[in-house]
Amino acid sequence: MEATDRLFYGLVGLASLAAIAACTWIGGGAGAAFGLFAVLVLAGSLTCIWERSVVRSAFCLIGTFGGTAGLFLMLGSDFLAMSQILIYVGGILALILFGVMLTPPDLTERKLPRVMAGLVAVGAGVAFVAAKVAATVHWVEAATLAEPQHETEQIGVAFLAYDQYMIAFELAAVVLTVALVAAVYVARRRKIDLEEEGAEG
Amino acid sequence: MGLGAYIAVSAALFALGIVAILVRRNILYVLMGIEMILNAANINFVAFNRFNGGGLEGRMFAIFVIILAAAEAAVALAIVLNVFHLFNSVKPAEADLLRE
Repeated sequence: MEATDRLFYGLVGLASLAAIAACTWIGGGAGAAFGLFAVLVLAGSLTCIWERSVVRSAFCLIGTFGGTAGLFLMLGSDFLAMSQILIYVGGILALILFGVMLTPPDLTERKLPRVMAGLVAVGAGVAFVAAKVAATVHWVEAATLAEPQHETEQIGVAFLAYDQYMIAFELAAVVLTVALVAAVYVARRRKIDLEEEGAEG
Repeated sequence: MGLGAYIAVSAALFALGIVAILVRRNILYVLMGIEMILNAANINFVAFNRFNGGGLEGRMFAIFVIILAAAEAAVALAIVLNVFHLFNSVKPAEADLLRE
């Protein structure tokens, strides 16, 4: 572990603690939970960008996806939180790790100046836009939030009711089938490749 | 926490996804950046849905985004494997067959 890495992780840890403390101070218990999940999301993606090894980056993404699931829970959407964990952590992350294992590691690819420049430039851009938005836009929020109830049942009914999302639901199934079959077709080793390798070996 | 806090988190996550795509020269990081960006969009959908009456529309949109992200990841991984097989490299800049 290099000195810059140590410095980076120290800074990320301190900033995370400060953010959680600030959220707790503002919002009490709910604020603490929000701060924890938000810190998971942001620190996960930050360390994903920073990490030298692709495997570690992929595992850092667990924080991002799990934190997003937590934010969905905070927003009263438990079905979405569960499907987020199932599909992202269980499916997409496993796919990415699969890809990582099938390609060679390249530990020299991360250039520190480029990472710093990217973070500073995009951070400045986001800060600028956020300041503009905070100054000019006033979100219209519902005065009282309705208690979320039986979300899974509602979603199931909406998926199967012919006047709501049935067409989209069936189309999504078709898209998934076609995409997965196509992925298998594209990723397969062609017979001619295998014969060439056999001739070489 | 109000709507603004969720929007802020999602904006930061979106920006980090852009950074991951721009800064790391590796197709797998491009994939991870795209997943971050989709997650940011999902947080926005669900947050707006929650703070704007709490119907089903925003959450439905988020579900379809997740479905399409799964399909996208599978196809993109197949393409990554093929690109690596063809060019012996995972750097997007080296996939330049059409230039020759």
